[in-house]
Amino acid sequence: MRSLALVLHEFRFAQKVFWRNPASVFFTALLPVLFLLIFASIFGDDRIEELGGVKVTTYYIPAIVTLAVISATMVNLAMNVTIAREEGLLKRGRGTPLPPWVFIAGRVGNAIVISGVMLVVVTLIGKLLYDAPIPWERLPAVAVTLVVGATAFCCLGLALTVIIPSREAASAITNAITLPLYFLSGIFIPESEIPDGVLSFANHFPVRDFFEAFFAAYSPNTTGSGFEWGELAVVAAWGLAGFLIALRYFRWTPRNR
Amino acid sequence: MPPIPRIGAVSEPVISIRGLRKSYDELEALRGIDLEVFPEEIVAVLGPNGAGKTTTVEILEGYLSRDAGEVSVLGVDPARPTTAWRERIGIVLQSTTLEPALTVRESLQQYAGYYSEPRDVDEVIGLVGLEEQAGTRARKLSGGQQRRLDVGIALVGDPDLLFLDEPTTGFDPSARRQAWEMIAGLRELGKAVLLTTHYMEEAQFLADRVAIVSEGRIVALDTPDNLGDRRQLPTTIAFSVPGETDLSTVEGVGQTLSHATGEGGSLTVEVTTHEPVADLNRITGWALESGIEIRQLEVRRPSLEDVYLELTDA
Repeated sequence: MRSLALVLHEFRFAQKVFWRNPASVFFTALLPVLFLLIFASIFGDDRIEELGGVKVTTYYIPAIVTLAVISATMVNLAMNVTIAREEGLLKRGRGTPLPPWVFIAGRVGNAIVISGVMLVVVTLIGKLLYDAPIPWERLPAVAVTLVVGATAFCCLGLALTVIIPSREAASAITNAITLPLYFLSGIFIPESEIPDGVLSFANHFPVRDFFEAFFAAYSPNTTGSGFEWGELAVVAAWGLAGFLIALRYFRWTPRNR
Repeated sequence: MPPIPRIGAVSEPVISIRGLRKSYDELEALRGIDLEVFPEEIVAVLGPNGAGKTTTVEILEGYLSRDAGEVSVLGVDPARPTTAWRERIGIVLQSTTLEPALTVRESLQQYAGYYSEPRDVDEVIGLVGLEEQAGTRARKLSGGQQRRLDVGIALVGDPDLLFLDEPTTGFDPSARRQAWEMIAGLRELGKAVLLTTHYMEEAQFLADRVAIVSEGRIVALDTPDNLGDRRQLPTTIAFSVPGETDLSTVEGVGQTLSHATGEGGSLTVEVTTHEPVADLNRITGWALESGIEIRQLEVRRPSLEDVYLELTDA
């Protein structure tokens, strides 16, 4: 009971800190929306024949949701937990009675909630501006994909802090990992434009699997419940690997002091 | 060594260290530290950079492991910290660690939530003198105010023992004076405080006892006043006389008598002596007899700084 209250306590402050940080708000909340508006204005009402004639704007909704969730979880945690570590905030937290896992849980909870908010925002913008259908009948698949993906990418974000040596390196390293994967996995460019060899390379990384799971849940051409269990299992496996790396190698003290 | 002039000395020490050693690779940071801190006592660990101050404190706080020695902090070995033990200690790290986006009050509320019996947040704001900044975000505070919030966060759990690692390093003199007054005010709360510093005045102003560390050892440990006397350093008598004065007529004065030409052709004289009263009498007697006008007469006891420099200079 006390632990749960403490997690909520940490979550509340993580929320405040997130929304007061202009960089977090811009990169996590505004940039994905901006990408959606730009891509939609470039490709307009084109349809993708290879994907059963789905509208490009409809394609971009799950793509941008994928990007927004990864930003809110992996990128957000890799940057902000590294900064908190280098500033000594993690070290100071360890000097209090707060259980270390609560500190992490509050921030992970914050990242997952922001992921959910972004999913709703992007989906609504898609509906209102581009008439992209809201997948009501496949809502369980959307929700499960969100929770599995957000949790897994939180673990990967915590694992990334292990290899990020300083606050200056945080954004360079996370961008170097995410940006190429966004391009190769069909997030920025429709996958019909990407050579098969590149796609099968991207298939080795969880961004592609996560997107495919979201695409199946969102696409109006999907028949059935929209669950892509195979893709979700791969995402979860990546998350588990990240969790184990973080569990073993996570640092609470600054590296650059 | 004179007895420690404190009522608290009869009770159990809150910190007890025997033969503490710690090496980093080749470097021997601590070469056998012995120290006890008693309840309600403020002890300053004074020494130059690299003397081993922070290493000592971080072992006591449970952050660093040790190579050898016995350490007890509030009856617990800090190498095996417990949650109950963390409830009773407050830590201010060497560098200020604040969440820049939270206000003073929010920062204190956040940390207060970690403790089972925290101190009232508004009371802590008053203790560290940040009433007017209570709604200001930490990033907008001055360096001195940030450090006071740092101390407030360490106090919010109502600890029995407070660690302050170089609380005023990098402050301007007025911010330092304010921080000192705040820390001195903590005495009324009955906390034991272990603080590290490389400022002599800080140790002198705040501490009941001062441990001077140099190269991983405690080279002196006493009250600030006794440290000066114990080292048997001489007193200095300084004065200036007109430039043409014949100093050879001052008889039997001191062990050393140095002089230098000062402004307007006057002569500045310094006498270092272990018999300041007798020598002062001889000097003033000589001046009266010879009709020489003495200006800027000054008698200086050895300061803590003199002791410190003598002990820490290799």
